[in-house]
Amino acid sequence: MSSLALVKRIVLAGVFALSMHAASAQTLPDDSAGRPAAPATGLNTDKVEVHEQQLLGEMRKLQGFITIPDTRAATLVQPDGRSWRDYRRGPLLWITAACVLGMLALLLVFYAVKGEIKIAGGRGTATLLRFGAFERFMHWLTAASWCILAISGLNVVAGRAVLLPLMGNDAFSLFSTWAKYSHNFLAFPFIAGIVLMFLVWLRHNIPNKIDVEWFKQGGGFIGNKHPPSEKFNGGQKVVFWIVVLGGGALTVTGLALMFPFYVTDITGMQLAQLAHGGVALLMIAAMLGHIYIGSVGMEGAFDAMKDGRVDLKWAREHHSLWAAKELAKSGDTSPHPAE
Amino acid sequence: MARMKFLCDADRCIECNACVTACKNANEVPWGINRRRVVTINDGKPGERSVSMACMHCNDAPCAAVCPVDCFYTTADAVVLHNKDLCIGCGYCFYACPFGAPQYPKLGNFGSRGKMDKCTYCSGGPEGADGSPAEFARYGANRMAEGKLPLCAEMCSTKSLLAGDGEIIAQIYKERVLKRGYGSGSWGWQTAYQESINV
Repeated sequence: MSSLALVKRIVLAGVFALSMHAASAQTLPDDSAGRPAAPATGLNTDKVEVHEQQLLGEMRKLQGFITIPDTRAATLVQPDGRSWRDYRRGPLLWITAACVLGMLALLLVFYAVKGEIKIAGGRGTATLLRFGAFERFMHWLTAASWCILAISGLNVVAGRAVLLPLMGNDAFSLFSTWAKYSHNFLAFPFIAGIVLMFLVWLRHNIPNKIDVEWFKQGGGFIGNKHPPSEKFNGGQKVVFWIVVLGGGALTVTGLALMFPFYVTDITGMQLAQLAHGGVALLMIAAMLGHIYIGSVGMEGAFDAMKDGRVDLKWAREHHSLWAAKELAKSGDTSPHPAE
Repeated sequence: MARMKFLCDADRCIECNACVTACKNANEVPWGINRRRVVTINDGKPGERSVSMACMHCNDAPCAAVCPVDCFYTTADAVVLHNKDLCIGCGYCFYACPFGAPQYPKLGNFGSRGKMDKCTYCSGGPEGADGSPAEFARYGANRMAEGKLPLCAEMCSTKSLLAGDGEIIAQIYKERVLKRGYGSGSWGWQTAYQESINV
Protein backbone atom coordinates (compact mmCIF):
# COMPACT_ATOMS: atom_id res chain seq x y z
CA MET A 1 0.00 0.00 0.00
CA SER A 2 1.34 3.41 -0.91
CA SER A 3 1.85 5.93 1.87
CA LEU A 4 -0.78 8.23 0.36
CA ALA A 5 -3.43 5.50 0.49
CA LEU A 6 -2.43 4.74 4.05
CA VAL A 7 -2.91 8.37 5.11
CA LYS A 8 -6.29 8.42 3.34
CA ARG A 9 -7.35 5.34 5.25
CA ILE A 10 -6.36 6.73 8.61
CA VAL A 11 -8.21 10.01 7.93
CA LEU A 12 -11.31 8.13 6.81
CA ALA A 13 -11.23 5.95 9.90
CA GLY A 14 -10.94 9.06 12.07
CA VAL A 15 -13.87 10.78 10.37
CA PHE A 16 -15.95 7.66 10.76
CA ALA A 17 -15.20 7.34 14.46
CA LEU A 18 -16.00 11.00 15.07
CA SER A 19 -19.28 10.83 13.19
CA MET A 20 -20.35 7.71 15.09
CA HIS A 21 -19.71 9.60 18.29
CA ALA A 22 -21.65 12.65 17.07
CA ALA A 23 -24.60 10.54 15.93
CA SER A 24 -24.94 8.78 19.23
CA ALA A 25 -24.47 11.92 21.33
CA GLN A 26 -27.15 14.16 19.88
CA THR A 27 -30.49 13.98 18.11
CA LEU A 28 -30.36 15.19 14.57
CA PRO A 29 -31.78 18.64 13.84
CA ASP A 30 -34.55 18.89 11.25
CA ASP A 31 -34.11 20.95 8.10
CA SER A 32 -36.63 23.51 6.90
CA ALA A 33 -38.67 20.88 5.00
CA GLY A 34 -39.15 18.90 8.19
CA ARG A 35 -36.83 16.08 7.08
CA PRO A 36 -34.14 14.92 9.44
CA ALA A 37 -30.77 16.11 8.15
CA ALA A 38 -28.44 13.40 7.02
CA PRO A 39 -25.54 12.78 9.38
CA ALA A 40 -22.53 14.78 8.22
CA THR A 41 -20.21 11.83 7.92
CA GLY A 42 -19.17 12.19 4.31
CA LEU A 43 -20.03 8.53 3.95
CA ASN A 44 -23.72 8.96 3.17
CA THR A 45 -23.87 7.61 -0.35
CA ASP A 46 -27.43 8.85 -0.83
CA LYS A 47 -26.06 12.35 -1.10
CA VAL A 48 -24.12 11.43 -4.25
CA GLU A 49 -26.56 12.04 -7.05
CA VAL A 50 -26.89 9.10 -9.41
CA HIS A 51 -29.08 9.25 -12.48
CA GLU A 52 -29.69 6.34 -14.77
CA GLN A 53 -30.05 8.50 -17.87
CA GLN A 54 -26.83 10.37 -17.09
CA LEU A 55 -24.94 7.11 -16.57
CA LEU A 56 -26.33 5.69 -19.81
CA GLY A 57 -25.29 8.83 -21.65
CA GLU A 58 -21.74 8.38 -20.39
CA MET A 59 -21.34 4.64 -20.82
CA ARG A 60 -23.81 3.39 -23.49
CA LYS A 61 -24.44 0.34 -21.31
CA LEU A 62 -24.66 -0.03 -17.56
CA GLN A 63 -22.57 -2.69 -15.92
CA GLY A 64 -22.20 -3.49 -12.28
CA PHE A 65 -21.49 -6.11 -9.67
CA ILE A 66 -23.55 -9.28 -9.24
CA THR A 67 -23.48 -12.10 -6.71
CA ILE A 68 -24.27 -14.90 -9.21
CA PRO A 69 -21.67 -16.65 -11.39
CA ASP A 70 -23.28 -15.70 -14.73
CA THR A 71 -21.10 -12.74 -15.75
CA ARG A 72 -23.49 -11.78 -18.56
CA ALA A 73 -26.01 -10.84 -15.88
CA ALA A 74 -23.72 -8.00 -14.75
CA THR A 75 -24.89 -5.90 -17.69
CA LEU A 76 -27.88 -4.05 -16.28
CA VAL A 77 -29.09 -2.08 -19.30
CA GLN A 78 -27.79 -2.18 -22.88
CA PRO A 79 -29.97 0.03 -25.12
CA ASP A 80 -27.85 -1.09 -28.10
CA GLY A 81 -30.07 -4.18 -28.18
CA ARG A 82 -32.68 -1.94 -29.75
CA SER A 83 -30.25 -0.76 -32.42
CA TRP A 84 -29.36 -4.36 -33.21
CA ARG A 85 -33.02 -5.23 -33.49
CA ASP A 86 -33.65 -2.22 -35.76
CA TYR A 87 -30.86 -3.41 -38.06
CA ARG A 88 -32.25 -6.91 -38.10
CA ARG A 89 -35.80 -5.83 -38.84
CA GLY A 90 -34.84 -3.15 -41.37
CA PRO A 91 -31.57 -2.93 -43.34
CA LEU A 92 -30.79 -6.65 -43.05
CA LEU A 93 -34.02 -7.58 -44.85
CA TRP A 94 -33.28 -5.07 -47.61
CA ILE A 95 -29.71 -6.35 -48.01
CA THR A 96 -31.13 -9.87 -48.20
CA ALA A 97 -33.63 -8.91 -50.87
CA ALA A 98 -30.93 -7.08 -52.85
CA CYS A 99 -28.38 -9.90 -52.60
CA VAL A 100 -30.75 -12.77 -53.38
CA LEU A 101 -33.67 -11.42 -55.44
CA GLY A 102 -31.63 -8.58 -56.97
CA MET A 103 -28.85 -10.94 -58.04
CA LEU A 104 -31.31 -13.48 -59.45
CA ALA A 105 -33.04 -10.74 -61.44
CA LEU A 106 -29.69 -9.51 -62.73
CA LEU A 107 -28.72 -13.00 -63.85
CA LEU A 108 -32.08 -13.48 -65.52
CA VAL A 109 -31.63 -10.25 -67.48
CA PHE A 110 -28.08 -11.25 -68.40
CA TYR A 111 -29.27 -14.66 -69.59
CA ALA A 112 -32.08 -13.07 -71.62
CA VAL A 113 -29.62 -10.70 -73.31
CA LYS A 114 -26.54 -12.85 -73.70
CA GLY A 115 -27.94 -16.36 -73.55
CA GLU A 116 -25.66 -19.34 -73.00
CA ILE A 117 -22.07 -18.63 -73.98
CA LYS A 118 -21.45 -21.34 -76.62
CA ILE A 119 -18.31 -23.11 -77.66
CA ALA A 120 -17.54 -21.72 -81.13
CA GLY A 121 -18.42 -24.43 -83.67
CA GLY A 122 -19.89 -26.75 -81.03
CA ARG A 123 -18.29 -29.38 -78.81
CA GLY A 124 -15.36 -31.43 -80.07
CA THR A 125 -14.36 -34.97 -79.20
CA ALA A 126 -11.01 -34.34 -77.51
CA THR A 127 -11.05 -33.63 -73.77
CA LEU A 128 -8.54 -32.39 -71.23
CA LEU A 129 -8.36 -33.17 -67.50
CA ARG A 130 -9.08 -29.93 -65.68
CA PHE A 131 -9.82 -30.98 -62.10
CA GLY A 132 -8.66 -34.22 -60.48
CA ALA A 133 -10.81 -36.26 -58.11
CA PHE A 134 -9.49 -34.52 -55.00
CA GLU A 135 -10.06 -31.05 -56.42
CA ARG A 136 -13.62 -32.00 -57.29
CA PHE A 137 -14.13 -33.53 -53.85
CA MET A 138 -13.08 -30.39 -52.00
CA HIS A 139 -15.14 -28.22 -54.32
CA TRP A 140 -18.31 -30.23 -53.79
CA LEU A 141 -17.65 -30.63 -50.07
CA THR A 142 -17.65 -26.85 -49.79
CA ALA A 143 -20.48 -26.35 -52.29
CA ALA A 144 -22.88 -28.90 -50.77
CA SER A 145 -22.39 -27.69 -47.20
CA TRP A 146 -22.54 -24.07 -48.38
CA CYS A 147 -25.95 -24.61 -50.02
CA ILE A 148 -27.49 -25.90 -46.78
CA LEU A 149 -25.71 -23.23 -44.74
CA ALA A 150 -27.03 -20.52 -47.05
CA ILE A 151 -30.61 -21.81 -46.97
CA SER A 152 -30.65 -22.33 -43.19
CA GLY A 153 -28.99 -18.94 -42.71
CA LEU A 154 -31.52 -17.19 -44.94
CA ASN A 155 -34.23 -18.93 -42.93
CA VAL A 156 -33.04 -17.20 -39.76
CA VAL A 157 -33.15 -13.83 -41.48
CA ALA A 158 -36.23 -14.05 -43.66
CA GLY A 159 -37.99 -17.32 -42.81
CA ARG A 160 -40.38 -15.60 -40.43
CA ALA A 161 -41.53 -13.27 -43.22
CA VAL A 162 -41.52 -15.80 -46.08
CA LEU A 163 -41.99 -19.35 -44.78
CA LEU A 164 -43.89 -18.88 -41.51
CA PRO A 165 -47.13 -17.70 -43.17
CA LEU A 166 -46.96 -20.70 -45.51
CA MET A 167 -46.02 -23.39 -42.99
CA GLY A 168 -47.72 -22.31 -39.77
CA ASN A 169 -46.03 -21.94 -36.37
CA ASP A 170 -45.46 -25.58 -35.42
CA ALA A 171 -44.10 -26.86 -38.73
CA PHE A 172 -41.93 -23.78 -39.22
CA SER A 173 -40.53 -24.08 -35.71
CA LEU A 174 -39.62 -27.74 -36.29
CA PHE A 175 -38.05 -26.90 -39.63
CA SER A 176 -36.10 -24.03 -38.06
CA THR A 177 -34.81 -26.28 -35.27
CA TRP A 178 -33.34 -28.70 -37.82
CA ALA A 179 -32.11 -25.83 -39.97
CA LYS A 180 -30.28 -24.48 -36.92
CA TYR A 181 -28.66 -27.83 -36.14
CA SER A 182 -27.61 -28.35 -39.75
CA HIS A 183 -26.20 -24.82 -39.81
CA ASN A 184 -24.13 -25.50 -36.71
CA PHE A 185 -22.79 -28.91 -37.73
CA LEU A 186 -22.27 -28.37 -41.48
CA ALA A 187 -20.13 -25.38 -40.62
CA PHE A 188 -17.26 -27.81 -40.06
CA PRO A 189 -17.18 -29.52 -43.51
CA PHE A 190 -17.52 -26.03 -44.97
CA ILE A 191 -14.50 -24.78 -43.01
CA ALA A 192 -12.54 -27.90 -44.04
CA GLY A 193 -13.43 -27.28 -47.69
CA ILE A 194 -12.33 -23.64 -47.48
CA VAL A 195 -8.99 -24.59 -45.94
CA LEU A 196 -8.36 -27.32 -48.55
CA MET A 197 -9.25 -25.07 -51.48
CA PHE A 198 -7.02 -22.35 -50.10
CA LEU A 199 -4.04 -24.71 -49.78
CA VAL A 200 -4.50 -26.51 -53.11
CA TRP A 201 -5.51 -23.61 -55.34
CA LEU A 202 -3.55 -20.71 -53.82
CA ARG A 203 -0.64 -21.02 -56.29
CA HIS A 204 -3.06 -20.70 -59.23
CA ASN A 205 -4.76 -17.63 -57.78
CA ILE A 206 -1.99 -15.07 -57.33
CA PRO A 207 -3.09 -12.02 -59.34
CA ASN A 208 -0.76 -11.10 -62.25
CA LYS A 209 -0.56 -9.03 -65.45
CA ILE A 210 -2.58 -11.54 -67.47
CA ASP A 211 -5.54 -10.86 -65.15
CA VAL A 212 -5.25 -7.10 -65.73
CA GLU A 213 -5.49 -7.71 -69.47
CA TRP A 214 -8.37 -10.14 -68.90
CA PHE A 215 -10.35 -7.49 -67.01
CA LYS A 216 -9.48 -4.82 -69.62
CA GLN A 217 -11.09 -7.01 -72.25
CA GLY A 218 -14.18 -7.49 -70.08
CA GLY A 219 -13.40 -11.13 -69.41
CA GLY A 220 -14.95 -12.16 -72.68
CA PHE A 221 -18.41 -11.40 -71.33
CA ILE A 222 -18.65 -8.16 -73.28
CA GLY A 223 -18.22 -8.81 -76.99
CA ASN A 224 -17.01 -12.17 -78.24
CA LYS A 225 -13.32 -11.94 -77.53
CA HIS A 226 -11.62 -14.54 -75.36
CA PRO A 227 -8.72 -12.95 -73.51
CA PRO A 228 -5.91 -15.38 -72.69
CA SER A 229 -5.91 -16.97 -69.26
CA GLU A 230 -4.09 -19.54 -67.18
CA LYS A 231 -5.79 -22.26 -65.09
CA PHE A 232 -7.96 -19.61 -63.45
CA ASN A 233 -8.91 -16.36 -65.16
CA GLY A 234 -9.25 -13.00 -63.42
CA GLY A 235 -12.91 -13.53 -62.62
CA GLN A 236 -12.27 -16.95 -61.13
CA LYS A 237 -9.46 -15.52 -59.02
CA VAL A 238 -11.91 -12.94 -57.67
CA VAL A 239 -14.32 -15.77 -56.81
CA PHE A 240 -11.45 -17.67 -55.13
CA TRP A 241 -10.57 -14.70 -52.93
CA ILE A 242 -14.22 -13.98 -52.14
CA VAL A 243 -14.62 -17.58 -51.02
CA VAL A 244 -11.39 -17.71 -49.02
CA LEU A 245 -11.65 -14.30 -47.35
CA GLY A 246 -15.45 -14.40 -47.02
CA GLY A 247 -15.33 -17.99 -45.78
CA GLY A 248 -12.60 -17.02 -43.33
CA ALA A 249 -14.69 -14.15 -41.98
CA LEU A 250 -17.73 -16.41 -41.73
CA THR A 251 -15.63 -18.98 -39.86
CA VAL A 252 -14.37 -16.50 -37.29
CA THR A 253 -17.73 -14.80 -36.69
CA GLY A 254 -19.61 -18.10 -36.92
CA LEU A 255 -17.45 -19.75 -34.25
CA ALA A 256 -17.98 -16.69 -32.03
CA LEU A 257 -21.74 -17.15 -32.46
CA MET A 258 -21.56 -20.90 -31.94
CA PHE A 259 -19.66 -20.54 -28.68
CA PRO A 260 -21.48 -17.49 -27.33
CA PHE A 261 -19.77 -15.25 -24.78
CA TYR A 262 -16.58 -17.35 -24.70
CA VAL A 263 -14.42 -14.64 -26.23
CA THR A 264 -16.63 -11.60 -26.31
CA ASP A 265 -19.40 -9.72 -24.52
CA ILE A 266 -22.89 -8.73 -25.63
CA THR A 267 -21.65 -5.94 -27.92
CA GLY A 268 -19.23 -8.38 -29.56
CA MET A 269 -22.02 -10.91 -30.08
CA GLN A 270 -24.17 -8.28 -31.78
CA LEU A 271 -21.29 -7.21 -34.03
CA ALA A 272 -20.44 -10.85 -34.83
CA GLN A 273 -24.01 -11.49 -35.95
CA LEU A 274 -24.03 -8.26 -37.96
CA ALA A 275 -20.79 -9.18 -39.75
CA HIS A 276 -21.76 -12.85 -40.21
CA GLY A 277 -25.05 -11.94 -41.89
CA GLY A 278 -23.59 -9.15 -44.02
CA VAL A 279 -20.62 -11.15 -45.33
CA ALA A 280 -22.80 -14.23 -45.91
CA LEU A 281 -25.29 -12.24 -47.98
CA LEU A 282 -22.57 -10.71 -50.16
CA MET A 283 -21.15 -14.20 -50.60
CA ILE A 284 -24.57 -15.55 -51.56
CA ALA A 285 -24.80 -12.90 -54.28
CA ALA A 286 -21.31 -13.77 -55.56
CA MET A 287 -21.98 -17.51 -55.48
CA LEU A 288 -25.24 -17.13 -57.40
CA GLY A 289 -23.14 -15.57 -60.17
CA HIS A 290 -20.59 -18.39 -59.84
CA ILE A 291 -23.30 -21.05 -60.03
CA TYR A 292 -24.87 -19.34 -63.03
CA ILE A 293 -21.68 -19.19 -65.11
CA GLY A 294 -20.72 -22.71 -64.08
CA SER A 295 -24.05 -24.17 -65.20
CA VAL A 296 -26.60 -22.65 -67.57
CA GLY A 297 -24.51 -19.58 -68.37
CA MET A 298 -21.75 -21.30 -70.34
CA GLU A 299 -21.62 -24.38 -72.51
CA GLY A 300 -19.02 -26.89 -71.36
CA ALA A 301 -18.18 -25.17 -68.06
CA PHE A 302 -19.98 -27.65 -65.80
CA ASP A 303 -17.93 -30.59 -67.16
CA ALA A 304 -14.91 -29.33 -65.24
CA MET A 305 -16.61 -30.13 -61.93
CA LYS A 306 -18.72 -33.06 -63.20
CA ASP A 307 -16.10 -35.59 -64.26
CA GLY A 308 -13.17 -33.23 -64.34
CA ARG A 309 -12.62 -33.44 -68.12
CA VAL A 310 -13.38 -30.42 -70.30
CA ASP A 311 -13.76 -30.04 -74.04
CA LEU A 312 -10.42 -29.14 -75.59
CA LYS A 313 -12.03 -26.43 -77.69
CA TRP A 314 -13.59 -24.93 -74.55
CA ALA A 315 -10.24 -25.04 -72.78
CA ARG A 316 -8.52 -23.27 -75.70
CA GLU A 317 -11.20 -20.57 -75.74
CA HIS A 318 -11.37 -19.81 -72.04
CA HIS A 319 -8.02 -20.92 -70.62
CA SER A 320 -5.69 -20.72 -73.63
CA LEU A 321 -2.41 -20.51 -71.71
CA TRP A 322 -3.38 -23.37 -69.38
CA ALA A 323 -4.55 -25.56 -72.29
CA ALA A 324 -1.29 -24.98 -74.19
CA LYS A 325 0.71 -25.91 -71.08
CA GLU A 326 -1.29 -29.07 -70.46
CA LEU A 327 -0.94 -30.15 -74.08
CA ALA A 328 2.80 -29.55 -73.98
CA LYS A 329 2.95 -31.71 -70.83
CA SER A 330 1.01 -34.59 -72.35
CA GLY A 331 3.21 -34.31 -75.46
CA ASP A 332 6.17 -35.30 -73.25
CA THR A 333 7.46 -38.87 -73.42
CA SER A 334 7.43 -39.26 -69.65
CA PRO A 335 3.95 -39.83 -68.26
CA HIS A 336 2.60 -37.14 -65.91
CA PRO A 337 0.24 -37.75 -63.05
CA ALA A 338 -3.05 -35.94 -63.27
CA GLU A 339 -2.96 -32.59 -61.59
CA MET B 1 -56.83 -3.32 -19.01
CA ALA B 2 -53.92 -2.00 -17.05
CA ARG B 3 -50.47 -1.70 -18.55
CA MET B 4 -48.36 -3.72 -16.11
CA LYS B 5 -44.81 -2.56 -15.41
CA PHE B 6 -41.94 -3.06 -13.01
CA LEU B 7 -40.24 -0.13 -11.31
CA CYS B 8 -37.10 -0.36 -9.22
CA ASP B 9 -36.43 2.56 -6.90
CA ALA B 10 -32.64 2.19 -6.71
CA ASP B 11 -32.45 4.66 -3.81
CA ARG B 12 -34.36 2.12 -1.69
CA CYS B 13 -32.85 -1.16 -2.86
CA ILE B 14 -30.59 -2.68 -0.21
CA GLU B 15 -29.31 -5.55 -2.38
CA CYS B 16 -30.84 -8.18 -0.12
CA ASN B 17 -31.62 -10.38 -3.12
CA ALA B 18 -34.91 -11.49 -1.57
CA CYS B 19 -36.66 -10.76 -4.89
CA VAL B 20 -34.27 -13.18 -6.61
CA THR B 21 -34.97 -15.85 -4.02
CA ALA B 22 -38.71 -15.23 -4.10
CA CYS B 23 -38.74 -15.54 -7.88
CA LYS B 24 -36.79 -18.78 -7.82
CA ASN B 25 -39.07 -20.22 -5.17
CA ALA B 26 -42.38 -19.05 -6.63
CA ASN B 27 -41.55 -20.35 -10.08
CA GLU B 28 -39.35 -23.35 -9.19
CA VAL B 29 -36.73 -22.03 -11.60
CA PRO B 30 -33.99 -24.57 -12.39
CA TRP B 31 -30.34 -24.17 -11.39
CA GLY B 32 -28.39 -21.67 -13.43
CA ILE B 33 -31.43 -19.67 -14.45
CA ASN B 34 -32.06 -16.28 -12.89
CA ARG B 35 -35.22 -14.66 -14.09
CA ARG B 36 -34.45 -11.78 -11.75
CA ARG B 37 -31.13 -10.50 -10.48
CA VAL B 38 -29.75 -7.57 -8.51
CA VAL B 39 -26.96 -5.54 -10.11
CA THR B 40 -24.96 -3.08 -8.06
CA ILE B 41 -23.54 -0.01 -9.79
CA ASN B 42 -20.47 1.70 -8.29
CA ASP B 43 -20.08 -1.16 -5.82
CA GLY B 44 -18.26 0.02 -2.71
CA LYS B 45 -17.88 3.58 -4.00
CA PRO B 46 -19.81 6.79 -3.35
CA GLY B 47 -22.94 6.74 -5.46
CA GLU B 48 -23.46 3.00 -5.07
CA ARG B 49 -26.92 1.91 -6.21
CA SER B 50 -28.47 -1.51 -6.52
CA VAL B 51 -31.15 -2.28 -9.06
CA SER B 52 -33.31 -5.37 -9.22
CA MET B 53 -33.75 -6.29 -12.86
CA ALA B 54 -35.77 -8.82 -14.81
CA CYS B 55 -37.77 -8.74 -18.02
CA MET B 56 -39.32 -5.25 -18.21
CA HIS B 57 -42.10 -6.39 -20.58
CA CYS B 58 -41.19 -3.65 -23.05
CA ASN B 59 -43.38 -1.79 -25.46
CA ASP B 60 -42.76 -3.20 -28.95
CA ALA B 61 -40.47 -5.77 -27.32
CA PRO B 62 -37.10 -6.25 -29.08
CA CYS B 63 -37.07 -9.99 -28.24
CA ALA B 64 -40.38 -10.47 -30.05
CA ALA B 65 -39.14 -8.41 -32.98
CA VAL B 66 -35.95 -10.41 -33.58
CA CYS B 67 -37.29 -13.91 -32.84
CA PRO B 68 -36.80 -15.94 -36.04
CA VAL B 69 -39.81 -18.15 -35.28
CA ASP B 70 -42.15 -15.52 -33.82
CA CYS B 71 -42.69 -17.36 -30.51
CA PHE B 72 -43.53 -14.27 -28.41
CA TYR B 73 -46.93 -12.84 -27.63
CA THR B 74 -48.28 -10.04 -25.45
CA THR B 75 -51.09 -10.54 -22.94
CA ALA B 76 -53.96 -8.15 -22.32
CA ASP B 77 -51.94 -6.79 -19.35
CA ALA B 78 -49.09 -5.93 -21.80
CA VAL B 79 -46.97 -8.73 -20.32
CA VAL B 80 -44.54 -10.23 -22.86
CA LEU B 81 -44.64 -14.04 -22.84
CA HIS B 82 -43.32 -16.75 -25.13
CA ASN B 83 -44.15 -20.27 -26.25
CA LYS B 84 -41.48 -22.86 -25.38
CA ASP B 85 -42.88 -25.31 -27.93
CA LEU B 86 -41.92 -22.91 -30.70
CA CYS B 87 -38.63 -21.56 -29.28
CA ILE B 88 -35.59 -22.98 -31.11
CA GLY B 89 -33.03 -21.68 -28.60
CA CYS B 90 -31.15 -19.50 -31.09
CA GLY B 91 -30.26 -16.88 -28.48
CA TYR B 92 -31.24 -13.87 -30.60
CA CYS B 93 -33.61 -12.53 -27.94
CA PHE B 94 -30.64 -12.26 -25.58
CA TYR B 95 -28.72 -10.12 -28.10
CA ALA B 96 -31.71 -7.84 -28.57
CA CYS B 97 -32.91 -7.62 -24.97
CA PRO B 98 -31.72 -4.37 -23.35
CA PHE B 99 -32.00 -5.98 -19.88
CA GLY B 100 -30.38 -9.39 -20.29
CA ALA B 101 -33.66 -11.06 -19.35
CA PRO B 102 -33.68 -14.23 -21.51
CA GLN B 103 -32.10 -17.25 -19.82
CA TYR B 104 -31.09 -20.62 -21.27
CA PRO B 105 -30.86 -23.92 -19.40
CA LYS B 106 -27.77 -25.22 -21.22
CA LEU B 107 -24.25 -23.93 -21.72
CA GLY B 108 -24.67 -22.87 -25.31
CA ASN B 109 -21.99 -24.79 -27.20
CA PHE B 110 -23.12 -25.64 -30.72
CA GLY B 111 -26.16 -23.50 -30.17
CA SER B 112 -27.60 -26.10 -27.80
CA ARG B 113 -29.00 -23.58 -25.38
CA GLY B 114 -32.31 -25.32 -24.80
CA LYS B 115 -35.62 -23.51 -24.62
CA MET B 116 -35.41 -19.91 -23.49
CA ASP B 117 -36.79 -19.03 -20.06
CA LYS B 118 -37.55 -15.60 -18.69
CA CYS B 119 -39.67 -13.63 -16.23
CA THR B 120 -43.36 -14.12 -16.96
CA TYR B 121 -44.54 -11.39 -14.59
CA CYS B 122 -45.90 -14.40 -12.67
CA SER B 123 -48.36 -14.88 -15.54
CA GLY B 124 -47.59 -18.50 -16.44
CA GLY B 125 -47.58 -19.38 -20.10
CA PRO B 126 -49.58 -20.78 -23.00
CA GLU B 127 -49.62 -24.37 -21.70
CA GLY B 128 -52.68 -25.91 -20.06
CA ALA B 129 -55.22 -24.02 -17.97
CA ASP B 130 -54.23 -21.07 -15.81
CA GLY B 131 -52.44 -22.37 -12.75
CA SER B 132 -52.37 -25.98 -13.98
CA PRO B 133 -49.44 -28.26 -13.06
CA ALA B 134 -48.44 -28.43 -16.75
CA GLU B 135 -48.21 -24.63 -16.94
CA PHE B 136 -46.33 -24.44 -13.65
CA ALA B 137 -43.77 -27.06 -14.71
CA ARG B 138 -42.77 -25.18 -17.86
CA TYR B 139 -43.46 -21.53 -17.13
CA GLY B 140 -43.82 -21.19 -13.37
CA ALA B 141 -46.48 -19.58 -11.24
CA ASN B 142 -49.57 -17.83 -12.56
CA ARG B 143 -50.26 -15.40 -9.75
CA MET B 144 -51.83 -12.88 -12.11
CA ALA B 145 -54.65 -15.35 -12.80
CA GLU B 146 -55.28 -15.38 -9.04
CA GLY B 147 -55.38 -11.57 -8.97
CA LYS B 148 -51.94 -11.27 -7.37
CA LEU B 149 -48.88 -9.33 -8.49
CA PRO B 150 -45.44 -10.89 -9.08
CA LEU B 151 -43.99 -12.28 -5.85
CA CYS B 152 -40.65 -10.44 -6.18
CA ALA B 153 -42.33 -7.05 -5.88
CA GLU B 154 -45.00 -8.20 -3.42
CA MET B 155 -42.42 -9.25 -0.85
CA CYS B 156 -39.77 -6.55 -1.39
CA SER B 157 -38.88 -5.50 2.17
CA THR B 158 -38.14 -1.85 1.36
CA LYS B 159 -40.79 -1.62 -1.36
CA SER B 160 -38.02 -0.66 -3.72
CA LEU B 161 -39.33 -2.99 -6.39
CA LEU B 162 -42.84 -2.07 -7.44
CA ALA B 163 -45.13 -3.99 -9.78
CA GLY B 164 -48.54 -3.01 -11.03
CA ASP B 165 -50.30 -0.60 -13.34
CA GLY B 166 -47.62 1.63 -14.81
CA GLU B 167 -49.45 4.84 -14.04
CA ILE B 168 -50.03 3.94 -10.40
CA ILE B 169 -46.47 2.85 -9.63
CA ALA B 170 -45.14 5.92 -11.47
CA GLN B 171 -47.30 8.07 -9.20
CA ILE B 172 -46.01 6.30 -6.08
CA TYR B 173 -42.43 6.83 -7.23
CA LYS B 174 -43.11 10.50 -8.02
CA GLU B 175 -44.47 11.11 -4.52
CA ARG B 176 -41.44 9.44 -2.96
CA VAL B 177 -39.00 11.53 -4.95
CA LEU B 178 -40.85 14.73 -4.05
CA LYS B 179 -40.88 13.82 -0.37
CA ARG B 180 -37.24 12.81 0.00
CA GLY B 181 -35.86 15.31 -2.51
CA TYR B 182 -33.87 13.02 -4.78
CA GLY B 183 -34.28 10.06 -7.11
CA SER B 184 -31.96 8.27 -9.46
CA GLY B 185 -34.74 7.62 -11.93
CA SER B 186 -36.98 4.77 -12.95
CA TRP B 187 -34.25 2.41 -14.15
CA GLY B 188 -34.87 0.98 -17.59
CA TRP B 189 -38.09 2.86 -18.25
CA GLN B 190 -36.66 5.03 -21.00
CA THR B 191 -35.30 1.95 -22.75
CA ALA B 192 -38.34 -0.24 -22.14
CA TYR B 193 -41.25 2.18 -22.44
CA GLN B 194 -39.67 5.27 -24.08
CA GLU B 195 -40.68 7.42 -21.14
CA SER B 196 -39.22 8.54 -17.86
CA ILE B 197 -40.93 9.76 -14.74
CA ASN B 198 -40.47 13.49 -14.52
CA VAL B 199 -40.75 14.95 -11.08
